[in-house]
Amino acid sequence: MRISLLSIGLIAALSTLLTLLKPAAAFEVEEHHRFGTGEARTLRILSTTDIALLTPMILTFLQDHPGVAIDYTSASSAELMTAVMQEQHPFDLALSSAMDLQIKLANDGYTQAHRSKAVDLIPVWGNWRNHVFAFSQEPASIVVSPSAFAELEIPQSRQQLISLLRKHPDRFRGRIGTYDVSSSGLGYLFATQDARTSESYWRLMEIMGSLRAKLFCCSSDMIEAVARGEIAVAYNVLGSYARARKDLGDRILIIEPEDYTNMMLRTAVILTTAQQPDLAGDFIDHLLDAAWNSPIVVEYPFHRYPTTGSARNVPFRPIQLGPGLLVFLDHLKRKRFLSEWHSTVQQN
Amino acid sequence: MSDPLPTSGSLRRRLTLQLVGSAAVLATLLFFVVLGFARDVAQQTHDSILLASATSIMDSVSVQADAVTVDLPYAALSMLGNVSDDRVFYSVSMRGQLLTGYDDLPISGQMLRSGQSAFDTLSYKGDGIRMVTLSRRLSLNGAPADILITVAQTREGQAAQLAQLSRSALQLGLGFFLVATILAFWTAQSSIRPLNQLTAAVSRRGPKDLRPVRRPVPSEMIPLVLSLNQFIARLRVSLTRSEDFIAEAAHRVRTPLATVRAQAEITLLRVEKPENRASLREMIRAIDESSRAAGQLLDHAMVTFRIDTLERKAIDLTELAKELVDRLQPIAELKDIDLRFTGSRCPTITGDAILVQNATRNILDNAIKYSPSDSAIQVSTRQTTSEIVIQVEDQAGGFGGMDTEVLTHRFTRGDNAVGTVGSGLGLTIAREVVEAHGGTLLIETNKSGTGACVSLCFPLA
Repeated sequence: MRISLLSIGLIAALSTLLTLLKPAAAFEVEEHHRFGTGEARTLRILSTTDIALLTPMILTFLQDHPGVAIDYTSASSAELMTAVMQEQHPFDLALSSAMDLQIKLANDGYTQAHRSKAVDLIPVWGNWRNHVFAFSQEPASIVVSPSAFAELEIPQSRQQLISLLRKHPDRFRGRIGTYDVSSSGLGYLFATQDARTSESYWRLMEIMGSLRAKLFCCSSDMIEAVARGEIAVAYNVLGSYARARKDLGDRILIIEPEDYTNMMLRTAVILTTAQQPDLAGDFIDHLLDAAWNSPIVVEYPFHRYPTTGSARNVPFRPIQLGPGLLVFLDHLKRKRFLSEWHSTVQQN
Repeated sequence: MSDPLPTSGSLRRRLTLQLVGSAAVLATLLFFVVLGFARDVAQQTHDSILLASATSIMDSVSVQADAVTVDLPYAALSMLGNVSDDRVFYSVSMRGQLLTGYDDLPISGQMLRSGQSAFDTLSYKGDGIRMVTLSRRLSLNGAPADILITVAQTREGQAAQLAQLSRSALQLGLGFFLVATILAFWTAQSSIRPLNQLTAAVSRRGPKDLRPVRRPVPSEMIPLVLSLNQFIARLRVSLTRSEDFIAEAAHRVRTPLATVRAQAEITLLRVEKPENRASLREMIRAIDESSRAAGQLLDHAMVTFRIDTLERKAIDLTELAKELVDRLQPIAELKDIDLRFTGSRCPTITGDAILVQNATRNILDNAIKYSPSDSAIQVSTRQTTSEIVIQVEDQAGGFGGMDTEVLTHRFTRGDNAVGTVGSGLGLTIAREVVEAHGGTLLIETNKSGTGACVSLCFPLA
């Protein structure tokens, strides 16, 4: 009774998110794969991360846990929320890049606590309530096409990008891109954090809007568009994806802005529906160990950024895990932000 | 040794226990007061942050295009996240209709007017929450619209903080108790100290010391000391009275005895029957014994009296001993005893010459009395490192291994005294005099084992 009431409440709270979802009962699965032959225990993971990226980590985990199988389902962050909050699928573990939604799950009581030695390795800002655990730091980067800049100096900060765009509007008109924040959860997260951190964000959006910026659904599309030379600058691209595209060689250049670089934290939570909470805890420890412990594990798919001094000297700013993230999930707040964003970026 | 007195507990223990007990009560009280205070402060702090959050949300409520809208400030929820890792819930409603937030958040039971706020402790989603509700009336299209903002947070952080505060309060209470206990022992010890000091002073007194207690004592002990002094005074009066009585009695007995002895000797010259003469001699011997006993009782009374108010003058012991030997020479000669004095010049001691002379004479009298004819008595004076000693050595057979301490008790006589006139007071008098002067009386058997060697040792001034 309580759960169903709760779900109804959450449907209301997430109504804008839900408009993106199919009305069908089942959430939309992107990929599904079963690792290992173990029959005794199956760990069911629901994740927003591509299977290929995490496969090496999964295989090393299975080596250490004979008799265990891993059932890996990937979906978008919004679908992940639907699966957990409305449809109550009995997953053990949810891995997501949508920090705000993970916080929402923990705040609203869909997760359970986990304590271990590996948890103690996480920097304070990477752990909320011993419920939400960060296992990667991934920067919101600017990806540029070096060829498009030719004789121009490549900008290293937002201010430099703004003045460059102002000076050479013709060269960049229609050749800049960013996330469509209304369709991408990650784009929305980056945009709201930018808006919260610096006034220069709105100036940048203003000028990008005036230069008819292209909007993308996802980082990979933006990276490819830059590589093809279709656009010269992609703003707020997930740096980890860009780094992973070694195949693109020098056709792209990744810039981590010097004024500040938001760091998205990929997080893991153990769900209350978990049938294998201990195994889920072990898997989280496996990820945390690779993410925060030394020496560096080759199977770990993400770049390891320094964890100390990030708030002061270095421009890397991990997005703060905590109830503050719930603010931008507020439907009125979201509506207001989106309308402001659209009126700024889509000026026609 | 008398039986131990029955005790009614220990003052010090009772005082310590009472102080420690009070400390325990105070420490417990302190613990609860501090805890209660800390709990209130923690609650108030938490409440004020909740209220600040609700107020900042209220400030973001505005009327735009004939509709009420809320622009939830980032700080409204992040400030709660900075306090603790607790779960946060909020809701904004107008005229009972949810505008945004959690629609199943409990509603405060309190009636609120515009601008008022209320705090509640409730349960939500299976956890205890602290909740603030803030109310404000807006005007929407000319009609009043009541806005209700609720911000709630789970209380795990607060519980952890309280646990920490409880530990601190407990440590404070225990620390207080520990310090108070140490002080309690110290206080009990120092309170009882004057009593112990008085006890020590009274126990240290010599057996003849019947002076009143004059040392300063705490006012609470004055009645006790006054009673003690009255008791001592009564004891002294009664003692003096009995000594006076004995002296008087002895004096009264001695004078008629002299008359009786003289008459008996005259009668002895007259009677001729051998059995009558024998009876008369026996009578004279008995009269002598009584007369000597009366004399010694008088001596003893005199000694006791003089010891109470001891005179302190320089005495030359060599001179004193020499004079005494000269004086007793005729008596010794009657028994063909070779009484000799050897002695060098010694420094003087301070004391009562009459007493010292009396004591020495008693020793010498004894020696002469118990010595057989044709024996020798050696009187000498000498100086050791700390004492001046008058020594009387005889050849009267000694005390035959009898306890020399017992010998100096009143009316105790040596085993060899049978058949000799004596009262047993001589050694007692000598010992009391020597001890009154801070010295010791030594009774030994001489080196050759033929007699006794009595030493009167007086400390050097």
